Amino acid sequence: MKVILEYLKPYRLFVVLAPMFMVLEAGIELLLPKIMTKMIEYGVGNGDIGYVAKMGTTMVLLSLVGIMGGVLCLACAAKVSQTVGRDLRKDLFTKIQSFSFRNIDTFQTPSLITRLTNDITQIQMVILMSLRMLIRAPILCFGSIIMAFTIDAKMAIIFVVAFALLMLVTAVIMKQAAPRFMRVQNKLDAVNTVMRECLAGIRVVKAFMRNEYEIEKFSNANDEYKEASIGAFRLVLMIMPLMMIILNGSLVVILWVGGYAVDAGTLQVQSIIAFNTYLIQMLMAVMMLAMVFLSMSRAKVSFERVLEIFAEEVDIQNPKNPVTAEGSDGSIVFENVSFSYGENSENSILENISFTIKGGETIGILGETGSGKSTLVNLIPRLYDVTAGRILVDGIDVKNQTLEELRKKVSVVLQETILFSGSIRSNIKWGNPDATDEEMYEAAKAAKAHEFIMGFPEGYDTHLGQRGVNVSGGQKQRISIARALLQKPEIIIFDDSTSAVDAITEKNIRDSLQTAHKNTTKIIIAQRIASVKDADQIIVLKDGKINAIGCHNVLMSTSEEYQAIFDSQTKKGVIFHE
Amino acid sequence: MSDPRENRPPHVGGRPDEKKEHNQMPMGGRPGGGPPGGRPGMPIEKPKDAKKTFHRLISYMKPFWFQLVIAILSIIIITAGNLVAIKMIGDTLDTHIANFDPAGLLRACLIMLAIYGMNSFLTWLQSYLMLWVGQEVVAKIRGELADKFQKLPLKYFDQNSAGDLMSRVTNDVDSISTSLNTSISQVFQSAISVISTLAFMLYLSIPLTIASVVCIPLMFFLTRFIAGKSRKFYKEKQDKLGRLNGHIEEYISGQKVVKVFCKEDDVKKEFAVLNDDLLGVGIKAEIFSGVIGPIMGTINNITYAIIVVTGGLMMIYGFPMTLGTISNFIIYAKQITRPINELANQINSMMSAFAGAERVFEVLDVEDEPEDVKDAVILKDIRGDVVLEGVNFAYEPGRPILKNINLYANAGQTIALVGPTGAGKTTIINLLTRFYDIESGKITIDGVDLYDLQKANLRSHIGIVLQDTYLFTSTIKENIRYGRLDATDAEIKEAAKLANAHEFIKHIPKGYDSVLADGGSNLSHGQRQMIAIARAILANPSILILDEATSSVDTQTEAKIQGAMNNLMKGRTNFVIAHRLSTIKDADLIAVINGGEIIERGTHNTLMEKQGFYYNLYSSQFDEDGHSNMKKIQGESE
Repeated sequence: MKVILEYLKPYRLFVVLAPMFMVLEAGIELLLPKIMTKMIEYGVGNGDIGYVAKMGTTMVLLSLVGIMGGVLCLACAAKVSQTVGRDLRKDLFTKIQSFSFRNIDTFQTPSLITRLTNDITQIQMVILMSLRMLIRAPILCFGSIIMAFTIDAKMAIIFVVAFALLMLVTAVIMKQAAPRFMRVQNKLDAVNTVMRECLAGIRVVKAFMRNEYEIEKFSNANDEYKEASIGAFRLVLMIMPLMMIILNGSLVVILWVGGYAVDAGTLQVQSIIAFNTYLIQMLMAVMMLAMVFLSMSRAKVSFERVLEIFAEEVDIQNPKNPVTAEGSDGSIVFENVSFSYGENSENSILENISFTIKGGETIGILGETGSGKSTLVNLIPRLYDVTAGRILVDGIDVKNQTLEELRKKVSVVLQETILFSGSIRSNIKWGNPDATDEEMYEAAKAAKAHEFIMGFPEGYDTHLGQRGVNVSGGQKQRISIARALLQKPEIIIFDDSTSAVDAITEKNIRDSLQTAHKNTTKIIIAQRIASVKDADQIIVLKDGKINAIGCHNVLMSTSEEYQAIFDSQTKKGVIFHE
Repeated sequence: MSDPRENRPPHVGGRPDEKKEHNQMPMGGRPGGGPPGGRPGMPIEKPKDAKKTFHRLISYMKPFWFQLVIAILSIIIITAGNLVAIKMIGDTLDTHIANFDPAGLLRACLIMLAIYGMNSFLTWLQSYLMLWVGQEVVAKIRGELADKFQKLPLKYFDQNSAGDLMSRVTNDVDSISTSLNTSISQVFQSAISVISTLAFMLYLSIPLTIASVVCIPLMFFLTRFIAGKSRKFYKEKQDKLGRLNGHIEEYISGQKVVKVFCKEDDVKKEFAVLNDDLLGVGIKAEIFSGVIGPIMGTINNITYAIIVVTGGLMMIYGFPMTLGTISNFIIYAKQITRPINELANQINSMMSAFAGAERVFEVLDVEDEPEDVKDAVILKDIRGDVVLEGVNFAYEPGRPILKNINLYANAGQTIALVGPTGAGKTTIINLLTRFYDIESGKITIDGVDLYDLQKANLRSHIGIVLQDTYLFTSTIKENIRYGRLDATDAEIKEAAKLANAHEFIKHIPKGYDSVLADGGSNLSHGQRQMIAIARAILANPSILILDEATSSVDTQTEAKIQGAMNNLMKGRTNFVIAHRLSTIKDADLIAVINGGEIIERGTHNTLMEKQGFYYNLYSSQFDEDGHSNMKKIQGESE
């Protein structure tokens, strides 16, 4: 709540004005039946045409004033809700931009997107609604009751009873309905999951001829969803009839009690008409309130989800007193580095890793899936922070360098290739917008991407769909390599980033890197021994520890693990006996 | 909460096309589910043939004609009851109250209570019936869609994105559901209510009727004017919101790259521009879509004043008019303006539901996978002799993918298909399984033409392990059981052991009963692959297809899987596609495919001797000649 007030603060003028305009509109709506009673009582009663005309004109004029109030209130509310939405969205986006890899992992990408889009929209809607309805509904509701009291206190008690009943019915049903709708949502999710999986795995389904089985599975989920929906809606359906009977019942009671009052001379017939009008107004107001509360409770969830992001502590930040390396050479030193994703180091991913890489060297990293290869290289540009030990780049602890400087020096080609929508040119130049076309061609040539790019009718201006859907996986990988090269880093890391590239092309890339980027330190994570055989050093990782380190022929004679990998890929080297 | 439809406007400005527009980001939806993909070329959503669609929807409701008749009768009775009750209020005011008559008053009150009681009950009954029918119909449609998806040829899934199909199952079916639950009965109700109320009003007092409707044209005009404006701003807003959300989607998904390149500030700047851009039009759209409410309220108030003044003047001038009639008209006027107001909205939402229904029916009308021929052959056991003779195939006419393919696999042989991406290797597999049908040529299994075989029978003899294993959200056990539904737990365990999967499954806390979330994303690639192999072992097919089965696992895991694979391949006819040539060296026949043709064939040794395409491919993976390479490294390091 406090946070939302903070956001409302800059627009407090409008926040205050909106309800005031609304008071104007609602007030006039409340006054009209009262004026009508007066008009009939004095005007019609005395046959005073002038009075009738005067009151009639007053009613029309007041209505017109009312509309001004309504529209102005709306304008203020729209302004506040949209602007607050914008501010909130901006701050949220900024906060997410400051997130480290670990923060992103905690929240997961789809969840972050939903929070930025749907949740904000939800909050915006409820602000708009609150500023209008949250004032209007109570004014109309209690105003109607008060107006009823001014006409006849005794009969107004009927209003209070009706009001209490209405609130009770709404509250009980809504309370009962909430868990049922949760169930509906869950069942719907189940239906969608079955359907989505069936679509995604259609080849498997067809290959195993499991059509009947899938249909059966779906039909169960579908039935459950149907039952749950009927169960939930059945309850909600009761609201309308119950409200109607309360309203109409009260109308009849007013008529009956009013009849006696008119007979006793304490009430005018036209007052009964006014009563009826107020009663309907009250009912509308109660319904409106119910709606507002319903959406508020939903927005509350959204708001909490947004707050969660604001509350998240960003674990990787720039050092207070950054040190700039003098003359960088691209050297990397790991000193007793350990790492674990969890708070406590029970599941350590890396344990006690130490090694030194000289500038310009090529390093290969081999190891099974889950042995910690990606984690190890992600520590170098400080995408994650070490749990223990330290890493020096250019002789300075990475934690003492600014992130900008460090990441400019160290470029990672991530395992998952992500390209952005836009032309190939804008994608390659993304990391270095100032690069010339010549430099871009050079980088693309080194990544062996130039040729296929030029093969497209529009060459470098070929437009890539979202996340690069219209090029093949291997081509995407090569574009992302070019993007990394164009940044002209001192250290470049390939995190299994040629997995979708065929062997010949991959070798060509390696060769061209060797010549065009001779002085760049290259770290290559690979599956194929061939990819790392020429490296100056090869690190074999196993269960988060360095199992062996050395160049190919040293490892061939010293490391059983390495030999095992070599054998598995060459079938005991039979191939060499040509 | 994540439903994109949440972004719909709460007010009249809402048009049927809006919810779709939200998704029409410039880039379309994300691949693979998630929010539904945009449907380009469909800016304004109107059903192409509303009448036809309506009839078709009606046909779904036919089994429920009894409920529908009751619901319609209820609506008619409710409307009549309302009119009578309101009339009675006025009459009571004029007679029993004006000239006090306790007995008459009580009687009138009791009758009114009875009418209102009945009306409430009927309202409930009517909406319950509509809910029931609506849910049943929608469940049926959803079920038919699921059935249909099983029958569609694979081609359909290759051509249509899963996201788009998902959107038809969720969004479109939902809009049918809303429409059936509420819109249709409301349209009906509104129409009946307006017509009968108007008739009744005319009967009661013509001058007051005129007073009540005099503002309706004004209302119509204003609504149309505002709706037009609102539509324009709303469209603009949705476009900008779409662009903003597209940006969010893209850059939050690519957040890690943003971090790697330290581009946070640039991305923030781009975001801020789009975000600010939205503000102005957002406010305008919000105002215009919200303004109809207050305006309607005001016009209602003016009508209220006009009725009272007209009635009052009539009373003064001695025309037949009573306070009761005035009271009645105040209520009647509300009763006709509200439905008229809502009618437009409801019709819009009905139209959008029809458009949704059309898209659903579109899927239902796609031609099924071709049926089996009459008297299709069922082979109980097969040896596994597979012959392809002069096979030609094209996904699109005029762009041949396979040209004159001839392949002979004897039972128990292993055939390897090798070649660059896009050469047509997977297409051959698609033809063998009859996922696609050949253009010309002939494929036989044990001498029987593929097209004479019952499809289910054919596929029951073929097992497939793909590169991207698809596992279902279910337990590991059930995922393996997918290979043969009647397998016992012991058989499952046996299959897992042969697939080398038993070891790691044992170490997962719940073992075989562990639930795989989200397609098995909590397992490593290799583990998923081993489960897929266990699944194939359990199915025990005579012909086995391994399509890049080990390409995405590391080589050590591959070594483990290879063992499992050898177990699996024993005694079967195998077709193997592999990137890593080391895995296929022992094949009985290696067919090198390039550009849709078999350009070389032979065993590993003969092909190596030939020093052709295969030789080059192979050497590149192992870096020239092993020996000389070793020497080179030694030379450098010394």
